[in-house]
Amino acid sequence: MERTPILQVTDLKQHFKMSKKFTVKAVDGVSFEIREGETYGLVGESGSGKSTIGRSIIRLYQPTSGTVTFQGVDISGPLKEKEQVLLRTKMQMIFQDPMACLNPRKKVIDIIAQGLDIHKLYKTKQERKEKVDRILDKVGLSREHANRYPHQFSGGQRQRIGIARALIMEPKLIIADEAISALDVSIQAQVVNLMKEIQEETNTAFLFIAHDLSMVKYISDRIGVLHLGNLVETGTTQDIFDHPIHPYTKSLLSAIPHANPIKEKKRVAIPYDYATSGIDYSNGIQQKISDSHSVLATDEEYKAWTAG
Amino acid sequence: MSETVLSIRNLSISFQTSNGMVNAIRGLDLDLHKGKTVAIVGESGSGKSVTVKAIMRILSGNQKINSGSITFNFDSGDEKISQDLLKLSKKEMRSRINGRRIAMVFQDPMTSLNPTMTIGKQIMEGMIIHLNKTRAEAHERALELLRLVGISDPENRMKSYPHQLSGGMRQRVVIAIMLACDPEVLICDEPTTALDVTIQAKILELIKEIQARTHISVIYITHDLGVVAKVADYVAVMYAGKIVERGTVNEIFYDPKHPYTWGLLSSMPDIGSENEKLYTIPGSPPNLLHKIEGDAFAPRNVHALKIDFKQEPPMFKITDTHYAATWLLHENASKVEMSETLRRRIDKVVKEAGRDGENTDLASY
Ligand SMILES: Nc1ncnc2c1ncn2[C@@H]1O[C@H](COP(=O)(O)OP(=O)(O)O)[C@@H](O)[C@H]1O
Ligand SMILES: Nc1ncnc2c1ncn2[C@@H]1O[C@H](COP(=O)(O)OP(=O)(O)O)[C@@H](O)[C@H]1O
Ligand SMILES: [Mg+2]
Ligand SMILES: [Mg+2]
Repeated sequence: MERTPILQVTDLKQHFKMSKKFTVKAVDGVSFEIREGETYGLVGESGSGKSTIGRSIIRLYQPTSGTVTFQGVDISGPLKEKEQVLLRTKMQMIFQDPMACLNPRKKVIDIIAQGLDIHKLYKTKQERKEKVDRILDKVGLSREHANRYPHQFSGGQRQRIGIARALIMEPKLIIADEAISALDVSIQAQVVNLMKEIQEETNTAFLFIAHDLSMVKYISDRIGVLHLGNLVETGTTQDIFDHPIHPYTKSLLSAIPHANPIKEKKRVAIPYDYATSGIDYSNGIQQKISDSHSVLATDEEYKAWTAG
Repeated sequence: MSETVLSIRNLSISFQTSNGMVNAIRGLDLDLHKGKTVAIVGESGSGKSVTVKAIMRILSGNQKINSGSITFNFDSGDEKISQDLLKLSKKEMRSRINGRRIAMVFQDPMTSLNPTMTIGKQIMEGMIIHLNKTRAEAHERALELLRLVGISDPENRMKSYPHQLSGGMRQRVVIAIMLACDPEVLICDEPTTALDVTIQAKILELIKEIQARTHISVIYITHDLGVVAKVADYVAVMYAGKIVERGTVNEIFYDPKHPYTWGLLSSMPDIGSENEKLYTIPGSPPNLLHKIEGDAFAPRNVHALKIDFKQEPPMFKITDTHYAATWLLHENASKVEMSETLRRRIDKVVKEAGRDGENTDLASY
């Protein structure tokens, strides 16, 4: 199971200075790794810093501090041409609202081929078209769709266009930020099945950011739980769902409604209020429960949470 | 069973489009009982939003109500009134019903918020106009409501404008506004779809809490079956502009009868083992531009019978509360069962429910 990390994030901080006195610590010292062909799920309430992590990794932001290593190359400092190209080709992002990032005046073929165009990754028009056709097949769109415009597609189809656009670059890592959140359940299932299929075929790793925990559970090999810019717990999907340690993780999991009415009517979510919890994230260190599972805690907290 | 607050009968709605008439709602019946929650589930495009917007008389220009009635039963002082909402003028709706007696929470909170007004003003406004509260009373109640919906530091938040709040906070503010006038009916159209599970859980628990106290009746639209299990007393499964199965929440989850309901339940991600593919219902919903022959679900139904393509099935009665529109329930149809996978899953869920609740009588669903 042990696979080489393709992405290594170490003590990443992303602070936004809002005024002289006020800085938003959106991400405040987060470390994790993603291995080749693996799906790492990032969960946590909105505002916890999930998107910011994704954006810092793909360098839509310049990280405040910390390092990000991608395929062994440090991509967190000033980027040279070569690193820039590596980043823009081998790492791709899929967003929540596919429409927002699809140019409405461009045909699907040109949207999908955009990365190829920028990086001149074909010799002839024919080769370009063949590449697009192959990707269209892969994401379950028909080749005739290539000449249509985005508004002529349903939400699920647009998300497939978004995936196609990322896939055509043959990335090693795809960051999917709430990529299926806006879709219908049945369409979500189709897109998730598609992502899994692609992963099996191409061994692409995914950073899967979502607030819907049941899909994260289904798709992820490992999961990181974020709260207020801190990674409070990380582990395999089983570690997190079957043996959660951090009170925030427990609270989060308890909030997922189960499709069992008699049981669900009686269950209430476990509350968690950081302000009154007595927990100070800045005092915690990553305590190892097992090789795969760790939690942010002080020694005393760790003892208390794992007792009994 | 408690009295009926809202009763929709034979509702039919179409839209005039450049491609022709879209028959979005095709003879829909729905009941809402006092103090209860009915959840409407179904794929997008099945007509959930159009239906509830019709209750509020939110119509778009190209929309036509072809037939039907929406009867609203309410107390006005000591008089019991039974009013077909479709017969009221827009003006009467606005002054007597909307916001006051029937309130609606949309998926996008900005639909209901005024970007130029502080949220404090917006929560207080209805109470001052409809309930004749003094400013001080309204202010006090607004703070209480904000606390209720889980907004910290309500004093300061009252002075904020909508754009200064996160999406989750905006939706909670909308719910506070909607609850401010103690409406009899609350319609929620996917209110928590874009929200965090923790906030969602709070909002769902909040709605139930308020319901226990005020006997408000709720129509809740969602595609999350977990949410349905949590909030609903009754469930209506909608497909292509019709209700194809309805029953108590236990009947729908533990004893579903319509193949479309089977499909919805099967596509939940917690079904089956880890590496299994997620189930998806084959095909896609019908194009409502075209006239539908027989059962609208037939082309996607692996169990479809010949008659399914010719004649529309009536609602077959399973119990006093449970009905489904599928020819599979006809006495002459050969017996067709749900998939093995779904059967096993339901068995497991029933067992869990039984283990948890000593005094729940599972035989009674
Ligand atoms: N460009 C920015 N400037 C200032 N603050 C930001 C910026 N981007 C994000 N933030 C803040 O950082 C925090 C984390 O945001 P985000 O990463 O979007 O969270 P999530 O994706 O988990 O919902 C929030 O408090 C947000 O308001
Ligand atoms: N203004 C409109 N013009 C034309 N068709 C519409 C309009 N509004 C809704 N529809 C159609 O009515 C059907 C039901 O829509 P809706 O009630 O929004 O579905 P749901 O809420 O179940 O996702 C869809 O087929 C949709 O395309
Ligand atoms: Mg985000
Ligand atoms: Mg809708």
